[in-house]
Amino acid sequence: MTTEFTPYAALLGGAFIGLASVLLMLTLGRIMGATGIVEGILFPKSKDDFLWRIALLLGMFMGPFVYQAVSGAAPVIQIPVTRPLLILGGILVGIGVTFGSGCTSGHGVCGIARLSPRSIAATLTFMATTAITVYVMRHVIGA
Amino acid sequence: MRLLSTFAIGLIFGLGIVISGMSNPAKVINFFDLAGSWDPSLAFVMGGALIITFVGYRMVFRRAAPLIDQKFALPTKTALDMSLLGGAAVFGVGWGIAGFCPGGALPVAALLLPDVSIFIGAMLVGIVVATALKNRYARLNT
Repeated sequence: MTTEFTPYAALLGGAFIGLASVLLMLTLGRIMGATGIVEGILFPKSKDDFLWRIALLLGMFMGPFVYQAVSGAAPVIQIPVTRPLLILGGILVGIGVTFGSGCTSGHGVCGIARLSPRSIAATLTFMATTAITVYVMRHVIGA
Repeated sequence: MRLLSTFAIGLIFGLGIVISGMSNPAKVINFFDLAGSWDPSLAFVMGGALIITFVGYRMVFRRAAPLIDQKFALPTKTALDMSLLGGAAVFGVGWGIAGFCPGGALPVAALLLPDVSIFIGAMLVGIVVATALKNRYARLNT
């Protein structure tokens, strides 16, 4: 499945992600990491801690609807893999981000912006294994 | 105030994810498919996000404390241990298989598309199981 190269939308969307990361640090002093947000909701540490994460998640949920209202088109979500692979991938993502203490947003954006050696090492590691996995899935196994 | 501003920040993040294409697994997988249908868009997402965050964080960290909370809650670990690198490696395998990362999938969860819900359900199972294992391992070591 080919997708169109969309540099402007990518830059704009990336800038929004960056802006959200900066604003969360400015207001609450927190890392904008999707993994941390979810873990704090699943295993709440305190009522206040739980509530801001829920507010953030509800705001995220509004994103696609606001996008649709403004642009007039639904967000494009194309899934090029089967459901068993979605389940396998989901479980591995969940296990990996828990042991790895973060994902693309927490390590890849916020951590690298802080020049954290842990985040730089984590990001290089997952970018490499993602690329290897895609190569194996597409060109070796042919899934 | 705290919840309202955080809600707005979530909305900005969710918009960014949808505009950028991070919530489109086909686009994500194509970024990594250098040998096939390569789509370089994701490099621009990371670039845009990093430029803003890199500069913005430096402005924010000139302050002694954040606006609403008492202090900055920054990660304190520094060791490049097996948990970090092994976890990151496993995350990458999952990301390569499914094409969704947590930040890409969560904002589109409310659209209630079956495929997205299946991925998120599986991811939550993975997080719960791994957290239980991590806690057990931590207890064994103390």
